[in-house]
Amino acid sequence: MKVKRSKGERIFEVFNYALLTVIMLVCLYPVWYVFVASISDSNLLTQHMGILLKPLGFSTDAYMKVFQNPMIVKGYMNTMFILVVGVFLDLIMTSLGAYFLSRKRVMFKKPIMMFIIFTMFFSGGMIPFYLNLKDLHLTGTLWGLIIPFLITTYNMIILRTSFESIPESLVEAAQIDGAGHITILFQIVLPLSKAILAVMVLYYGVSIWNSWFWASAIIRNREMYPLQIILREILLQNDVSSMAAGSSAMDTEAIGMTIKYATIMVATIPILCVYPFLQKYFTKGTMVGAVKE
Amino acid sequence: MMKDKKMNGSFGYRMRKDWIRNRSLYLLVIPVVVFYLMFHYKPMYGAIIAFKDYTPALGVAKSPWVGFANFTRFFKSVYFTRLIKNTILLSVYNLIFGFPAPIILALLLNEVRNKHFKSITQTITYLPHFISLIVVTGMLTNFCMTTGLFNDIIALFGGERAPLLQDPKLYRTIYVASSIWQEVGWGSIIYLSALAGVDSQLYEAAQIDGAGKWKQLIHVTMPAIAPTIIIMLIMKMGSLMNMGYEKTILLYNPSTYETADIISSHIYRIGLLDQDWSYSTAIGLFNSVINFGLLIITNKISKRYSETSLW
Repeated sequence: MKVKRSKGERIFEVFNYALLTVIMLVCLYPVWYVFVASISDSNLLTQHMGILLKPLGFSTDAYMKVFQNPMIVKGYMNTMFILVVGVFLDLIMTSLGAYFLSRKRVMFKKPIMMFIIFTMFFSGGMIPFYLNLKDLHLTGTLWGLIIPFLITTYNMIILRTSFESIPESLVEAAQIDGAGHITILFQIVLPLSKAILAVMVLYYGVSIWNSWFWASAIIRNREMYPLQIILREILLQNDVSSMAAGSSAMDTEAIGMTIKYATIMVATIPILCVYPFLQKYFTKGTMVGAVKE
Repeated sequence: MMKDKKMNGSFGYRMRKDWIRNRSLYLLVIPVVVFYLMFHYKPMYGAIIAFKDYTPALGVAKSPWVGFANFTRFFKSVYFTRLIKNTILLSVYNLIFGFPAPIILALLLNEVRNKHFKSITQTITYLPHFISLIVVTGMLTNFCMTTGLFNDIIALFGGERAPLLQDPKLYRTIYVASSIWQEVGWGSIIYLSALAGVDSQLYEAAQIDGAGKWKQLIHVTMPAIAPTIIIMLIMKMGSLMNMGYEKTILLYNPSTYETADIISSHIYRIGLLDQDWSYSTAIGLFNSVINFGLLIITNKISKRYSETSLW
C-alpha cells in the first residue's frame, strides 16, 4: 500500500536512516579497527597516528605467535571442556526443574516455585558463596566452574513457559499408556522443544564462554586456566613477553600491540561466525522471557 | 457423604493423594532442590558470619558471635560514604543514559520500512553483546592509552593526548558509554517485540483523525509499550545498588578508585584478596538487604500507579 507522505515525514525518514547508519558504524568500527590492526605490520602500526580504515601493510606474525602460545591452546581446551560438559549438565538440570514447574495439579509446586524465585532477588553474597565452594572442595578444579552454576533461574523459567505450551492431551495420553515422568520428559516434551532447547544451549554456552570471575577466584593452577583468564593476562595485565620472546625491546612493544589485537580476534571470531546464523534463536529466547507470569 | 467431603479437604488426605499421583515427579525435582539448597540457601546461611568473627579453622557454626560489630565498622569506615556515593552515581548514570537508549533505538528501528536495512542494523547492533567482557575491557584499555584509538580521535580534533583510564573524572563516562555500546542493540529486542504487537489499525485510525508522526508516537506507540517499559524500569530500579563487580574490577585501577570503587568491588578486594571474611560478608549482606528492599518498594509503587508489577 502506498501512502502519500508529508514533507516532514520524508525529512524524518532521511534523518532516521542516517542516524541508524551512524549507530551501526559506531557498533562496528571498534571491531573493524581491532581486525585491521591485527593483520597490520606491527612497526607501521606503532608509527601510525590517527584512525585506521584499512590494514597497514600485511602480516600474520601476530596470529602465528598467538597460535604458538601453548597457554592459549590450553585455555581453549579447558574452556571447551567446561562448555561441553557444562552445557550438557545444565540442560538436564534445567529441564528437570522446568518440567516439574510446568506440570498442573501438583500440590507443592507453588512453594517450590517460591523457593526458587526467591534466589533471584536475594543472595548470601560473594564471600559466603566462595567459602561454600571451599567447604565443598570445589576450588582448584574445573568442576567448581560447572556444578555451582548448573541452573540459571531465569533460563529455567523461560523453559518452563515453553513446556507449558505443550498440549496436556499428549502428556495424558502417554500417562494412560503407562509412561512415567522420565519417559514423558525425554521422549515427548524434550523432542517437542528443540527450538527452545537450542536457545538454552546458546544462552548457557555464551555465558560459560564469557565467564571469568569465578575461574579467577578459585583456579590457581595455570594448567587449568580457561581461555578468558589467559585473555585477561594478555589484554589487561599486559603479559605478552612470553609470546614476543626473541625480539628486541622495541620490537617487543610493537609486536605486543598486534599480538593483543590478534588475541582478541582469535577469542571473538568463533562467536562472531556463529552468531548471525543463530540470531533468531537468541532473540526468540528474549521474547519468551518477556512473557509475564 | 459429609464425612467424605471433610476427608477430601483435609491436608493429610490431599497430601497422600498428591504423593500417590506425583511421586515420580517429586523424585525428578530432588536434584534441582538440592542444587538450590547447596548453592543458594547454604551461602545464605553462611552469611551469618557477618555477625561473627569467622575463622576458617572454627567454621561457620563455631566462630564466636560479635553482634553488629562488623556493620558498625563499615558505617564508620572512611570508605563508607565514597562507596555509597560511587555505587549510586554509577547506577543512576547508567539508568539515565542507559535505560532510554534501547527504547529510542527500538522506536527508530520501528520506523524503518526497508526490511533488509532493518535486519542488518539489528544484526550489527546486537553484535557487541556477544563480545566477552574481558575482550571489551581489553579493547577499551588499549583505546584509552595515549597512543590508542580514542586519543587518535581526540588528537584529530586538536585535543591533548592523555591516559584516559587514569583520570577519575572520565571513569564514569567511559564505564557508562561502553555499557551502552555493548547493550543498546540487545536491549532493544524486548521493545521491538512489544512494538510489533501494536495493532496497525490504531495507526490508521490515528492518521484518519489527522495525527502526525509525533502525535501517533505519543498517543498510540507509547501507551502500547508502556507496560514493557515499566517492568524493565522496576527491574532496573530494584538493582540500583546492585552494580556488578565484574566490569569494575577489570576497568578500574588505584588511580581511579576515588570514583570507580563501588560496594561490590570493595567486597571483592577486602574479601577475596585480603581475606577479611566476616567484614566483607557484612558489607555484602548490608547491600543485599538494601537491594531487596528497593525491589519491594519499586514494585509496590508500580502496582499502585500502573497495575504493572513483577509479582
